[in-house]
Amino acid sequence: MLEDLFKTVKSRFDTDPEHSKKSKVSIPSDLLFKCPRCGHVMFMEDFVGANKVCSECNYHARLTARERLNITIDKGSFVEYDAEMESANPISFDSYEQKIEALQKKTGLRDAIVTGECTIKTKPCVVAVMDSRFMMASMGSVVGEKIARAFERATEKGLPVVIFTASGGARMQEGIVSLMQMAKTSAAVGRHSDAGLLYITVLTDPTTGGVTASFASIGDIILAEPKVLVGFAGRRVIEGTIKQRLPDDFQSAEFLLQHGFVDMIVERQNMRRTISKLLRHHGYTGKK
Amino acid sequence: MEATAWERMEIIRNKNRPTIRDYIPLIFKDFFELHGDRLFGDDHAIIGGIASFQGQPVTILAHVKGKNIDENKDANFAMPHPEGYRKALRFAKQAEKFRRPVICFVDTPGAFCGIAAEERGQGEAIAKNLLEFSRLKTPVITIVLGEGGSGGALALGVCDELAMLENAVYSVISPRGCASILWKDASREKEAANILKITAQDLVKLGVAETVIPEPAGGAHNNYGQAAENISDYLEDALNRLSDVPEETMLERRYHKFRKIGEFVE
Repeated sequence: MLEDLFKTVKSRFDTDPEHSKKSKVSIPSDLLFKCPRCGHVMFMEDFVGANKVCSECNYHARLTARERLNITIDKGSFVEYDAEMESANPISFDSYEQKIEALQKKTGLRDAIVTGECTIKTKPCVVAVMDSRFMMASMGSVVGEKIARAFERATEKGLPVVIFTASGGARMQEGIVSLMQMAKTSAAVGRHSDAGLLYITVLTDPTTGGVTASFASIGDIILAEPKVLVGFAGRRVIEGTIKQRLPDDFQSAEFLLQHGFVDMIVERQNMRRTISKLLRHHGYTGKK
Repeated sequence: MEATAWERMEIIRNKNRPTIRDYIPLIFKDFFELHGDRLFGDDHAIIGGIASFQGQPVTILAHVKGKNIDENKDANFAMPHPEGYRKALRFAKQAEKFRRPVICFVDTPGAFCGIAAEERGQGEAIAKNLLEFSRLKTPVITIVLGEGGSGGALALGVCDELAMLENAVYSVISPRGCASILWKDASREKEAANILKITAQDLVKLGVAETVIPEPAGGAHNNYGQAAENISDYLEDALNRLSDVPEETMLERRYHKFRKIGEFVE
């Protein structure tokens, strides 16, 4: 079922410069940005200045975890949790360690998620951000453990949780252990919820597979950025089953809103303010 | 010598391998199948209902595999839509209300991948089951009969005890899918099966399953009665183990059963 997920996501949305080189028109990756949704070309400077939103179609492109934190939380407020945690190799999967090591060098991350405590417009919360550069932000032991701990700490401290999700799903290289992270994270969400605490999910590009089928779909309030891909099954898997091309907006944030699985679509420039106000509606007032 | 994962997969693919429809009359009495999720429809890929196990009322939830093309089409080859998982959750909540244990039988290639499944929230349906089963205030026992396919299996797999039939497999991705990602060649599924650690024996070693239920020599298809008896023996023990556990302790243990899974360094 997760068969072609990685490929699918790549072919539709990848902004990786290596991928653009393969297309007919070669674009220097540091100078121009070509929107994977509509093909519109922008100067990289303008694109970055617009928080990586396509000026033509409003596609909200992927951000790194650091970029996301920078535009979301109060400056200097971040206290990271479990910064040193790294993956082991539970099923002795061939060259998994090497793959992790190479990605750590390339991204400066230890795994696909950054978690910690912060304030958003002075309101304290626990925040988690997934980073799709790291093995498509797939969920293995590290992602599962950091999410579970984030919810447990938030429960202890009576804090709300805000998660920016992005993922290709469960991490194949950790076999059944990665599948069990779905149960582990969902159970941790349950305990936080039973304590009467707020959990806001923000679906970002792309959120799929085992993450959609666990903690991403059970927030009290589910927000999504415009035009992002959110779904359970890979597009190509479904196309293979039904033997026809799916419409472009299939599994988009707008598709989910229409079918009742998202509460609001929120523009990136309004995200910080929206989260802050939602926190306030739930009694989190912050310091004066 | 121990059979390889691939050899076990060949055994569970035997067309005469018993399905839940074969097992129910051999293990339970007075089974009443109940229908529908009360929201959308009745998914035939998952069945559920009430029955008696050695005099004790229980709720049964199970993926349905067929033995011929008509049965398989009716049950969508045991690949549920969201309404299947929502039906399972409805029965589980009912079991909680009436204080009966829930017994789940897993036998699925995975959740169905299709337009309607996405429209009706396949991800949400599975996630909701993981959340709700993790705090369900009644014992939950899951037995993997044959194929445990990823999230579609896990949606009936958040339990107090996980048992697997001797030749059953349980995997995050089908060996075929794994082969096509790793080597861009789905036909190398045999190799992938053997590296993914998907057998009952692997899962016990990894701390995911607690028990391996023995099968008759050569596989369950060789002797339905014996296979059913082995399952009954296991169920009797498991229900006994869980019957005296106070609710709070049971929920705490269930939480930690999954909480402790994961390997990392820090």
